[in-house]
Amino acid sequence: MQTVKMVVTGPFNAGKTQFIRTVSEIDVVSTERKISAEAEKVKETTTVAMDFGRITVDEDLVLYLFGTPGQKRFDFMWEILSEGMLGFIVVVDSARPETFREARGILHTFRAYAPTPYVVAANKQDMDDAWDIDDLRIALKLEDSIKLLPTVASDKESVKAVLLELLYSILEEMKAG
Amino acid sequence: MALKGNLRDFTVTQLLNLINLAHKTGTLTVEGPTETAWVSFRDGKLIYAQIGNEDGTLVGILKREGKLSSRQAQVIKANASGKSDKELGLLLINAGYLTQQEILSSLRSYVLDIVYRLFTWIEGFFRFDADVLPPNDRIIIRVDLENVIIEGARRVREWEQLQEEIPNLDMALNFVDRPGANIRDVNLNVDEWKVVSYINPKNSIRQIAKANKMSDVEIRRIVYGLLQAGLVDLIRPDGMPLPPQAQKIKPIDAREQTTLVNRLISRIRSL
Repeated sequence: MQTVKMVVTGPFNAGKTQFIRTVSEIDVVSTERKISAEAEKVKETTTVAMDFGRITVDEDLVLYLFGTPGQKRFDFMWEILSEGMLGFIVVVDSARPETFREARGILHTFRAYAPTPYVVAANKQDMDDAWDIDDLRIALKLEDSIKLLPTVASDKESVKAVLLELLYSILEEMKAG
Repeated sequence: MALKGNLRDFTVTQLLNLINLAHKTGTLTVEGPTETAWVSFRDGKLIYAQIGNEDGTLVGILKREGKLSSRQAQVIKANASGKSDKELGLLLINAGYLTQQEILSSLRSYVLDIVYRLFTWIEGFFRFDADVLPPNDRIIIRVDLENVIIEGARRVREWEQLQEEIPNLDMALNFVDRPGANIRDVNLNVDEWKVVSYINPKNSIRQIAKANKMSDVEIRRIVYGLLQAGLVDLIRPDGMPLPPQAQKIKPIDAREQTTLVNRLISRIRSL
């Protein structure tokens, strides 16, 4: 049995878990903990491990989707999760501009981990407050060559489109050598 | 769709850059801590601005710019009530009071002054209403945003310098252990004391800022002062992992991988 993985990353509450849950054939495991140490009371709760979902391709191949914890202090988990990934998806909450800077930071970090293809999913496009894709591209400082896809993480077709675009990017990169 | 948010997360520089690049037309409303400003754009060019309760009429602006005395402004207002700014501007030009150039220059100066003030706003909410423009009777100007952004950037140089000095807010602070460096002997203001009270190798600067509800520039300014005074050192917080190294992916046979990816595509399509 061969397994491959894609990583779904992005700031806290961007919709990573929902994204995975929408297409996963198993219940997504989500881990959140309260921080109790007196010296660290600045933060209340945080995701400490990871979320993961699974899509069985056939009897020989399984795709795992790993969702990263959003907080930067757990970026040691990011490195572990990114090892051997086929590609990654950065999920951004289109309606929360306060997270755009963090999203840029996460994107740069993952690009440093591995030179694998990636796409950016502009999630929550169904919300009134969602930023326009063109505005988001400027805000996230994304080059035109990077795929920025309007997404609603609870919508299966929307999530499928993001996964397919990432796979197409992987194919294109393989063809380019 | 909506273009709104918080200046703490999306700065005025970034907003103007976006409006410029996207050639937007509309009005940006910025609600600062003490007043509200409205700045209008057409095709990405700055055309008009108004702030708080300031007199933004042509007479008010000309008076503010020293082109009209208080007495002159009073007389004009009394005699020209009901006239639009455009009509009034023509009257002033035809009467030989002012040239068209002087009027436009005064308007430009007033509008730019408002926009430059916005660059210093760290707190506040913004909202961009597409296609909302100033009232028809107002005289508008046309200023390229590139130059405005450049000048505004100069004014936030302090911020950039602070960022250079303290590039990573995930670092922690520690009191310097050397003779003569006693924090109790130093005169600190309330905000500085608030920061000092959280200094601990376990708390990152970012966490201290969050606990004190301070912006990045506010916390950096205070930490910079403490660092320059030799009272604290920057240290790596307890438990913070070392920076990751870029890793190489094991080479996989290209044809095998192409097949694998195509199988994945087929499966995802069928979901």
